[in-house]
Amino acid sequence: MSATGVRAAVTGLGVVAPNGLGTETYWTATRKGISGIGRITRFVPDQYPAQLAGEIDGFDAAEHLPGRLLPQTDRMTQLALVAADWAFQDAAVRPEDLPGFEMGVITASSSGGFAFGQRELQALWSKGSRYVSAYQSFAWFYAVNSGQISIRNGMRGPSGVVVSDQAGGLDAIAQARRQLRKGTRLVMAGAVDASICPWGWVAQMASNRLSVGRDPERAYLPFDDAAAGHVPGEGGALLVMEDLEQARARGARIYGEVAGYGATLDPRPGSGRPPGLRKAVELALADAGASPGDIDVVFADAAALPDLDRIETETITAVFGARAVPVTAPKTMTGRLYSGAAPLDLAAAFLAMRDEVIPPSVGVTPSPGHDLDLVVDRERPAPVRSALVLARGHGGFNSAAVVRAV
Amino acid sequence: MPAHEFTLEDLKRILREGAGADEGVDLDGDILDTDFGSLGYESLALLETGGRIEREFGITLDDETLTDAATPRSLLEAVNALLVPAEVG
Repeated sequence: MSATGVRAAVTGLGVVAPNGLGTETYWTATRKGISGIGRITRFVPDQYPAQLAGEIDGFDAAEHLPGRLLPQTDRMTQLALVAADWAFQDAAVRPEDLPGFEMGVITASSSGGFAFGQRELQALWSKGSRYVSAYQSFAWFYAVNSGQISIRNGMRGPSGVVVSDQAGGLDAIAQARRQLRKGTRLVMAGAVDASICPWGWVAQMASNRLSVGRDPERAYLPFDDAAAGHVPGEGGALLVMEDLEQARARGARIYGEVAGYGATLDPRPGSGRPPGLRKAVELALADAGASPGDIDVVFADAAALPDLDRIETETITAVFGARAVPVTAPKTMTGRLYSGAAPLDLAAAFLAMRDEVIPPSVGVTPSPGHDLDLVVDRERPAPVRSALVLARGHGGFNSAAVVRAV
Repeated sequence: MPAHEFTLEDLKRILREGAGADEGVDLDGDILDTDFGSLGYESLALLETGGRIEREFGITLDDETLTDAATPRSLLEAVNALLVPAEVG
């Protein structure tokens, strides 16, 4: 519970994911174990070692957004604007009915608008500066999703962007909760990342964390002996967050609350000190006033690299005990969405509470070396009152969030 | 005769290509004396539009040309003034 007594309710979800555009489409596919990972179609991937991605198919921005916005927005912003629209609809909130200064927007971003930026940089070096779009001034920028959502919906309250790779998706939710506690009435929070273009691709390759597998069903295998990196994806989720009491007062449908959060940074390599993920989990549980036994499912970060998987398994077994809590990674169906991953996992956690079912991880044969109760291939019926979502970002960021039913 | 002329049709095409069009505005209506703001174009849209005019027509527009041109008519006049070759005699 917060010091101020304000609890952060989630009242609306907007999902754009490789295995489903729209919350219910995504959720239906996820429960059935249907993956959105495949060979890259956005560009010809032949010359790159990594050739698989979780791409969103069938998204036509012009169907959803005003013509004035199309030339000035990258794909990630178009997806984010639509996800925000859907989240508002889901929350039964019309932003034009609320005072602008009482609504904020806090998103996370890991790379900005790479496809837009690549096109304009190519214009710069092939034709000259006069050929660069004036909109490049902001369309590539980390904060652009927050800015465009703010402008489109007249949201003038506390707003910003968090940049901490995959962990940022939870850090943005935590920042939104801080703003609710300070008196902001509603915050649109979460993240949508999309950088499946050659420039974005080589930037991701530099991490040495990408899977070079060619078989979409065997390329992204966290907690598997064959784990050898992740498949990148695009998309994410935006969540309408409100002060719980105000949400109840307006009769809102409430998915649950963001009850706890913890974040740490790993020690520098070679320091001999332990990684920070366990501490982040303990901080999140303490913040929620929860004990490990209260948690019904863990949504894993699922790096699919042996060392990082081992750290995550050790963390979960140290806090909960061996095979003591169901663990899942539905991101095996979308690829890692960078900042978008954790908000999508939060959406899945709230839907798991609603439908009393834990969505599966797909394709994974759990390694005997990982003493986890991993939910694989088929959904598992189970009452879910409380969930822990983990997200780690490149560079040592660890974040954990506890969500629960209210 | 100017070597070429910058017409309202050119302007509408460049606006649509560079900045898109507001669904609530009929660019094919009588817009010559309508403020760019009322047509849905803010300063950045005009900056993009000016850049595209410069590229296509091989001219250089002063910053003031874009900021002072409040309507399509005034922008057409300013651009065409640059396109007209110096009068002989």
